[in-house]
Amino acid sequence: MKRLTIIVLIALFSMIGCKKTNDQFKVAFVYVGSVNDGGWTASHDEGRLEIEKMFPDVQTSYVENVPEGAEAERIITTFAKKGFNVIFTASFGFMDPTINVAKKFPETVFMHCSGYKRAENVGTYFGRMYQAKYLAGIVAGKMTVTNKIGYIAPHPIPEVIRHINAFTLGARKVNPEASVRVIWTNSWFDIQKEKEAAYSLIEVGTDILASGCDSSAALVVAEEKGVKCIGYDSDARAVAKNTFLTAPMWNWISVYADIVGKAKNKEISDYTNVDYWNGLETNVIKLAPLSDLVPQDVKNIVTDTTQLIIQGEEKIFTGPLKKQDGSDFLSENEVADDGTLLSMMFFVEGVNGVIPLN
Amino acid sequence: MDILLILAYIIHASTPIVLVSLGELVSEKSGVLNLGLEGMMMIGAFSGFYVGYLTGNILLGIVASVLITGIFSLIHAFLTITLHSNQVVSGLALTFLGTGLASFSGRGFINTSAQSLQAIKIPLLSNIPILGVVFFNQNILVYFSYFVIFLILFFIYKTRPGLELQFCGESPSTSDTAGINITFVRYKAVVFGGMMAGLGGAFLTLADSSPWSDQITAGRGWIAVAIVIFGRWNPLLVGAGSYLFGALNSLQFKLQARGIDISPYILGMLPYLFTIVILSITSIKVISKRWGAPESLGNPYIREDRE
Repeated sequence: MKRLTIIVLIALFSMIGCKKTNDQFKVAFVYVGSVNDGGWTASHDEGRLEIEKMFPDVQTSYVENVPEGAEAERIITTFAKKGFNVIFTASFGFMDPTINVAKKFPETVFMHCSGYKRAENVGTYFGRMYQAKYLAGIVAGKMTVTNKIGYIAPHPIPEVIRHINAFTLGARKVNPEASVRVIWTNSWFDIQKEKEAAYSLIEVGTDILASGCDSSAALVVAEEKGVKCIGYDSDARAVAKNTFLTAPMWNWISVYADIVGKAKNKEISDYTNVDYWNGLETNVIKLAPLSDLVPQDVKNIVTDTTQLIIQGEEKIFTGPLKKQDGSDFLSENEVADDGTLLSMMFFVEGVNGVIPLN
Repeated sequence: MDILLILAYIIHASTPIVLVSLGELVSEKSGVLNLGLEGMMMIGAFSGFYVGYLTGNILLGIVASVLITGIFSLIHAFLTITLHSNQVVSGLALTFLGTGLASFSGRGFINTSAQSLQAIKIPLLSNIPILGVVFFNQNILVYFSYFVIFLILFFIYKTRPGLELQFCGESPSTSDTAGINITFVRYKAVVFGGMMAGLGGAFLTLADSSPWSDQITAGRGWIAVAIVIFGRWNPLLVGAGSYLFGALNSLQFKLQARGIDISPYILGMLPYLFTIVILSITSIKVISKRWGAPESLGNPYIREDRE
């Protein structure tokens, strides 16, 4: 009798399961961090939750804390086997695993964040975060008194270097005397290292602290020392009530909604040229609301510059620009193309610090 | 910038490692290796944060973290002492379990801070030139860590229970013959180690004004394991080793901030490189003697079993 009950129960449950999965459009997310990291992965997961609200007939799933490499390939394969229609892989290190799995599942759409390899069923997406960093740089340049701005940087890769350069250009556009001192932590997320870096920057006279790392540790130090600060990835003004200025942030909702909508209607047959790399005009990146510490005239400059960037009238990497070592980067009115931006491995004039690989 | 304030900060930042490695030292002296430090620190950090945040009472948070982590470490004690299972495996399991439990419970508290202990100047001692600023203008947990260093030193080498503890780690069968209750001694040592790990974790959330995050310990538990070896199971050397590690860790950022162009990768390696160098040197010096590790470290004791 007992056995019979169990069999009936199993049959019932598997029927429920089948019904639910068969007629739903399924979207999977593969995350490198935890969904509650308060930064990078959290921003992607907000996008996922929004997808569930916008498309009631879409079912989403995710796996968090996925190591980059072979393990990622296994997890992506599992999703593909289970019949997920779209799989988002949200870290640079998932690039090759995504491409490898995509070859075996031609019917599934794969979207990889921040990479450059595409295929017939693999597209890429990212955001022009450097634009928001530029705006944050303008705030820093306007508000520094010592003209020394500190920047706590994670890994020396083109993305981070591009951010530092854009931040520096923003600061020096409004304050040519300003310079940006960079300290590397060689980690995306390490509270102790970020704190140490913050203390060290304050010791040498930095009066604005900007972080490119994922934790809010630098803001805590800034608050303790009464130094103004700029966050990254999340609006962490709660930890630095008296010193927080703003924070460049990600907002993936528009990108995810667009991709899922198009994939549902099978609008795209070939993803080889599908590359989302938008900026302020689409909201994929934004600046957290400027705090009350920022004077009205600075707020106006930021608003105006935002408009100019959206209209395409102001390009951030426009000549004349010099590299850190004094050599020419861009001549008068020359605009750096996307290729240059994506492979940027040098600092511009005004940055103090070295790129470890050089 | 005042070099003394930098030194004072190094003392502060090294304190969690001091606390955790001293606890591990006692546990290892009894013969039980506990690789679960990282997990226990996470449990301590979260329970301290949680209670401290809810009640607004830091002391209550500290007490809670010590008690909860002490109870948590009983898992390791039960598995390795009573059930004689492999200490390395059990310890690793504890690390994963603790890290997972703390991260899971901490959902929704990311970037939230609890109240934090403030520095208290010790009236007379803080007036001593140099030492006063560096050592005696700290929070109460830092003072407690100084006290524990000497307490453990005294306990291990000067008291009868301390000798019995060492005895259990060196030669359990002999101590059994001598009438020492090995199970009880080892249980006490492991729970003490757990409580100290909890305290070290609580330091991060309740004395360092760090907001909660699920990677708050950032590998300190593992460093503590290494420091016990580095300090050759001597409380004084373990304390000194922790401070040295903290200083080297700090150095990489001080140099970068001053524009000294050494690759940050090299600087980041310094503390570990230094550990290796010191380990090599000390091992050459005492080449004839034993390293100082408890003879039976890592071995479960089974009565009438061959050792």
